[in-house]
Amino acid sequence: MTFVNALVQGILLGGLFALFACGLSLMFGVMEVINLAHGDLAVVAAYVALGVIAITHVPAVWSFVLVVPAIWIFVLVVPVFMVGGYVLQRLLFQQALASGPITTLLVSFGLSVVLENVLLEVFTANSQSLNIGSLVSGSVQVSNQVYLPYLSLIILGTAVVALVVVQVFLARTRTGRMVRAVADDREAAQLVGASYRHLFGVAAALAFGTVALAGLALGMYTSVAPSAGPSYLLYGFAAVVIGGLGSLWGTLLGGIILGVASTVGSLVDPDFGAMLPYLVFLAVLAVRPHGLFPKKVLS
Amino acid sequence: MSASLLPVEAGSGRAPSSLIVTRSRRPTTWAGAVGAGGLVVLAVVPFLASQGFVNDLVNLFILVCMATMWNALAGYVGLVSVGQQLYIGVGAYVVLVAAQHGVETFAAVPVALAAAAVLALPASWLVFRLSGAYFAIATWVLAQVAMLFVERFGSLGGGTGAPVPGLDGFGPTALLRDTYWLALGITALSVISVYLLLRSRLGLVLTAVRDNEIGARSVGSRVMAAKRVVYVLAAAGCAGAGAIIAISQLDVEPGNVFNVQWTAYMIFAVLIGGLGSIEGPVIGSVVFFVLQQTLANYDVWYLIILGSVAMAMAIWARRGLWGLFTAKVPLQLFPVGYYVHMGDGLAERRGLARLVLGPARAQPTSTTTDKREEP
Repeated sequence: MTFVNALVQGILLGGLFALFACGLSLMFGVMEVINLAHGDLAVVAAYVALGVIAITHVPAVWSFVLVVPAIWIFVLVVPVFMVGGYVLQRLLFQQALASGPITTLLVSFGLSVVLENVLLEVFTANSQSLNIGSLVSGSVQVSNQVYLPYLSLIILGTAVVALVVVQVFLARTRTGRMVRAVADDREAAQLVGASYRHLFGVAAALAFGTVALAGLALGMYTSVAPSAGPSYLLYGFAAVVIGGLGSLWGTLLGGIILGVASTVGSLVDPDFGAMLPYLVFLAVLAVRPHGLFPKKVLS
Repeated sequence: MSASLLPVEAGSGRAPSSLIVTRSRRPTTWAGAVGAGGLVVLAVVPFLASQGFVNDLVNLFILVCMATMWNALAGYVGLVSVGQQLYIGVGAYVVLVAAQHGVETFAAVPVALAAAAVLALPASWLVFRLSGAYFAIATWVLAQVAMLFVERFGSLGGGTGAPVPGLDGFGPTALLRDTYWLALGITALSVISVYLLLRSRLGLVLTAVRDNEIGARSVGSRVMAAKRVVYVLAAAGCAGAGAIIAISQLDVEPGNVFNVQWTAYMIFAVLIGGLGSIEGPVIGSVVFFVLQQTLANYDVWYLIILGSVAMAMAIWARRGLWGLFTAKVPLQLFPVGYYVHMGDGLAERRGLARLVLGPARAQPTSTTTDKREEP
């Protein structure tokens, strides 16, 4: 029964990994940018929320209400991140893109190190968590051993919604179709009047929105420290590769595979739980470098 | 690379046979002499300087060695690794394990280099399946796995690490001196080996890949083999740095030696000094180190500043400080390209090469000089 529970918890944890992977996948699909600061940006989102809570004391007032403070934070942080994503894309990544793919990689790595150390200076190395009251501890009990925490269910649900929104945006909306056109053939899209700089900014804004969601989810699910970013970048990236580059639903499955690897590995011991997802990733890399579900959705 | 491709205009009256191919525009024997003299001066520093200064230099040498190796990867074969801390850790842990089994600590250093090179072969098979950013992250994952793997061994101190045994026999002065010479030796070896590699036949492939990888492939260069050689060399070099770190810090902690911070140091030093030249990483390391020491009292602000500067350099000054300098002053301390000169008879008889300006102007040939096409 412990194994079944580990399996269930793993699937739920997969939602968190998929949420991290969603933005990575989007940025890569549209701009062919792998943002190495992805994990750190999520941690920044969690710390921004912590800062807001510390200043306004909102959850202390509202802690008897289940969801309100959580929504309040989301309403504030996610749009801020989307605007930030647009600005960062236009000011920094676009410049880097102009001088080649290696430069984007190096610039985002530099950004990752800078963000991590700024957090270290401002918030110390201590880990903190987003306290959202009784939502953290509540759960649905399915059987003696198997229970479904509300929070994990909400995170998995959020991941699915985020993936669907990205999918629908790219497939159904006018802006989304233009983003895809620019991703496919920049020159041709420009000929018919698409401004690729603006559209890249829009894609980055969407990706950063999911980054903020991932960071807030992380802060509620467990605790965050300034150094937490890179490992979630790696989990998110591994989910993208396992699922197949460019396949959004593959990404969700990749996240779930990693989540299950993590919780099942933790049955042996916690350190092995951290290691097993990486081993799964390397195994997939060795056997099927194009992922388990290769599919071109974005282009 | 053939001299006959150079246009020899009619009217110059000279046959192509009077072309002279040299490694640099000017003779650089003096640079070699200064380099050798500099090494001798550095070698006697422990007898002259304070212990604190000698210790600082050890840390600087570690940085130069790592940056040189990272530059060989990214600057020449376009492999952006963010997982070089894997080999730092391997170097440190091989020294630890060997010392635990009674091997003399300094004798374990060559073993560390060899072990990393051997490990790099299967690792390259795995990570070379990906390119670009995917390669970068895969190297990072390998380093993470190695750290988590090593932490599982109680005999190595698990997650908290273990002190390196066998260093008590030295007096503190003698230990620092030996560590210094080890660091100087490994660092000099790393710079010289990259220099010799670039001057070899393979080096021609490397500079061609740096300038235009698709072009290099299309003329039949064995690009993958060249990449693998550089990856293995960089693994050995970083393991050397890791071995020095283990000996100079007297203990090995997984969270320290496998920290991605080492790769951040390498990248920042190379970006500031200049990607794709031998001089760049050395200069960048010195700048990095001086700033680190100057801001030592302000926690990690030096990393925030250096990181921001490195980002700006990556975008607006691809070839770093050295590139900005050589744009003004045409100087090459490590000539790895070729120049083709019109020789006059006198110079040929003396076995000398000098630049003769004439109707057929001597021009640096495109692929192997530093006149790189900006993307």
